[in-house]
Amino acid sequence: MAHEVCVNQGECRTVEFFALLGLGGLLILGAMYAFFTLEHHGHILTGMNNQIVWGLPHVVAVFLIVAASGALNVASIGSVFGKDVYKRRAPLSGMLALALLSGGLGVLVLDLGRPDRLIVAMTRYNFHSIFALNMIFYNGFFAIVGLYLVTLMERKLKYWTRPVGFLAFFWRLGLTTATGSIFGFIVARAGYNSALMAPMFIIMSFAYGLAIFMVVQASMYSWNGLTLDLAIRRRMKKLLAVFVGASLYFTVVFHLTNLYFAKQWDYEQFILLDGGIFTLLFWVGQVFIGAVLPLSLLFINRSQGEHLVSFSVLAPLFVVVGGLCQMYVTIVGGQAFPLTLFPGHEVHSSFYDGVVHAYHPGIYEWLLGLGGVGITFTLTVVAVRVFKFLPQDDFKTVLMRRSTD
Amino acid sequence: MAIMANLPVLGKWFRIFACLGAMAFTAIASTQAVAGVDLPKLEHGKGDQCVDDVAFIRRHHPDLLKHHRDETVRLGIRTTKYSLKKCVECHAGSKTGSVASSEEDFCVACHRYAGAKLDCWDCHATKPGKQVPDAKPVLPQHGGSK
Amino acid sequence: MSDSVNSKQEDRRDFLKAGGLVAGITLAPGLLFYGVAQSRAPEEGVSSRQRWGMLIDTTKCADGCNDCVTACNTENGLSGKTGPQDSQWIRKLNVKDLHTGYVQSLPMMCQHCENPPCVDVCPTGASTKRADGIVLVDRHACIGCRYCMMACPYKARSFVHEPLHDQKPDVPRGKGCVESCTFCVQRVDKGEQPACVEACDAKGHKAMVFGDLKDPQSAISRALKSTDSVEVRADLALGTGVRYQGI
Repeated sequence: MAHEVCVNQGECRTVEFFALLGLGGLLILGAMYAFFTLEHHGHILTGMNNQIVWGLPHVVAVFLIVAASGALNVASIGSVFGKDVYKRRAPLSGMLALALLSGGLGVLVLDLGRPDRLIVAMTRYNFHSIFALNMIFYNGFFAIVGLYLVTLMERKLKYWTRPVGFLAFFWRLGLTTATGSIFGFIVARAGYNSALMAPMFIIMSFAYGLAIFMVVQASMYSWNGLTLDLAIRRRMKKLLAVFVGASLYFTVVFHLTNLYFAKQWDYEQFILLDGGIFTLLFWVGQVFIGAVLPLSLLFINRSQGEHLVSFSVLAPLFVVVGGLCQMYVTIVGGQAFPLTLFPGHEVHSSFYDGVVHAYHPGIYEWLLGLGGVGITFTLTVVAVRVFKFLPQDDFKTVLMRRSTD
Repeated sequence: MAIMANLPVLGKWFRIFACLGAMAFTAIASTQAVAGVDLPKLEHGKGDQCVDDVAFIRRHHPDLLKHHRDETVRLGIRTTKYSLKKCVECHAGSKTGSVASSEEDFCVACHRYAGAKLDCWDCHATKPGKQVPDAKPVLPQHGGSK
Repeated sequence: MSDSVNSKQEDRRDFLKAGGLVAGITLAPGLLFYGVAQSRAPEEGVSSRQRWGMLIDTTKCADGCNDCVTACNTENGLSGKTGPQDSQWIRKLNVKDLHTGYVQSLPMMCQHCENPPCVDVCPTGASTKRADGIVLVDRHACIGCRYCMMACPYKARSFVHEPLHDQKPDVPRGKGCVESCTFCVQRVDKGEQPACVEACDAKGHKAMVFGDLKDPQSAISRALKSTDSVEVRADLALGTGVRYQGI
């Protein structure tokens, strides 16, 4: 590629930009196709059924929503805790949070049985429902983070950044608590009913959000032919390591309490030992790819120099993959394990009582899930091009170098 | 770069095509309107008259039905005036035996004309039940308590 | 003249008042009882003076008999298919004690909880409990999110996965909404028994008793008072309207 000096991002690499836009648009188109097909024929075309009622679309959606609140964390560290390096990343962090939430909610809405009644969901609230509470949290998140972005971008409103940042921080904690509680409040199911769900979701959101932020940030720097300063990279790597470690810790505690305190041995045996795909995804996906591998990558201290792939990109990518596996194990695995109607009894019926439920996601679920990623991707690509979201580090403290490819 | 220089031109053509597309789209939709569409010929319902003044029903039936449906679902009130089931019983077409099976059937004909989408028939039966009208009066007998 | 007429009228009024009072005192308990026990007038809404419930005697429920399920399908217009995506409002469970090997058969359906988790979690309030305890889905408000299906401990709910045709006029059902046993609300509102109970009686098993839990004279109340019965998953304290005896 020729060396272009782009004063304004909006003027360079137009072809690539439209290619990316096309890619995102293709994903969204796929989701729309799935949506209209399901709207016409019903969910009979999916792998979801009366046993596995929430499938792959929900896995992606919940992951994106959880990651959304986590992505805002970078801004919170800047605004709430006053760290300068993070403060300069606050706009990107806020925008990413909104894009991720849009993607997640988009999938949830497109998968509804009666999406035409979205207006009902937005106008009738059952305040006993944690789900309804979540809708308020999501809508509020858009408003508050939107406002926060405005205070960051408009000089006159600079003094509002901190209070609005505080509000956004507490709002996001509430949002993730509520998202975790969607599962935590389900008393009947062995895999969900735990007070640990909400805090575990919060700590996981830190990890997933930061991981996505790091990937996006790295892509933006390389897109503009820049290299992120090593000090900043190291700092974020350390932070990610802390979050991933904490997530792993919570995962261990969650399963230990199930074994020791809640005595959910059957469920634990299912997830940890003989749950087939769920056991595989748990150990290989969630634990190894999502935690052990990135942790070792993050702690390896490579000497400064050019590498084919930077560990500060590779590690967060693994965290994202692990996160998706974790959501799959939590959401689908929790449903695949049969409900216990009569403890100490063996139950069977025409309605699949007492058996582990099979789930084979179909093409439409994949399209819907990828569509959510597509929405987030497209919004991010457009926003990054239209606004100045590239972190503006202070040249005195951080050395920025032109890459010399 | 060359591509960048071409961009404004691309934009212009894009705008022109977008405008043409939009015009074509509206033109297709409005051909019927231009030609003039006849009022739907509705089959006369059974009996002499509707449960209320026809003009009143025509204007207010969505509200009446909505009100009645909430009372039925939430409160178990099953009065027959303004009940969708009773609408279907009187207005089912003679050919299809339904209010919404063909485009000439009562509900569909009018709603197509008015361009108002209906989703009643996703769930509700469009044909009267078999044992209608229910001749035997409902006995004030208590369900299973004695 | 006018005075005497007035006084006579007043006398008569007093007499009527007194008479009315006496009659009221003597008849009131009977009238009240009548009011509770009789089915409602069509324009009268349900009230919490009633609570519908069911008692299932598993010792009378025959293994292999599926009549309650068939009757339910016929009454409510279900296909009767048992694929993973098909609706089943009531199903027969075979329950085997793992320690003793004792096998029982029993019907399982919506337990019409006093505190239904499905109603708690429903974001739009489509999952609803009527004043008389019947738990229903208001399909006009159901957005098909399936959270209630996640929350129900009894796996009582089904999601309609495909477009339906030729529904029963009294039982609207359609694609994209969640549904479950309604205690045959369309029959109960007419003062009839749910279809499953009727079928069980017709078969001669008489394993299901349906009635008003708040009416001390009802067959179900008397049966509940005289026999030991349990809620399924009593540990969740949901106060189910359906109770089982013999398990």
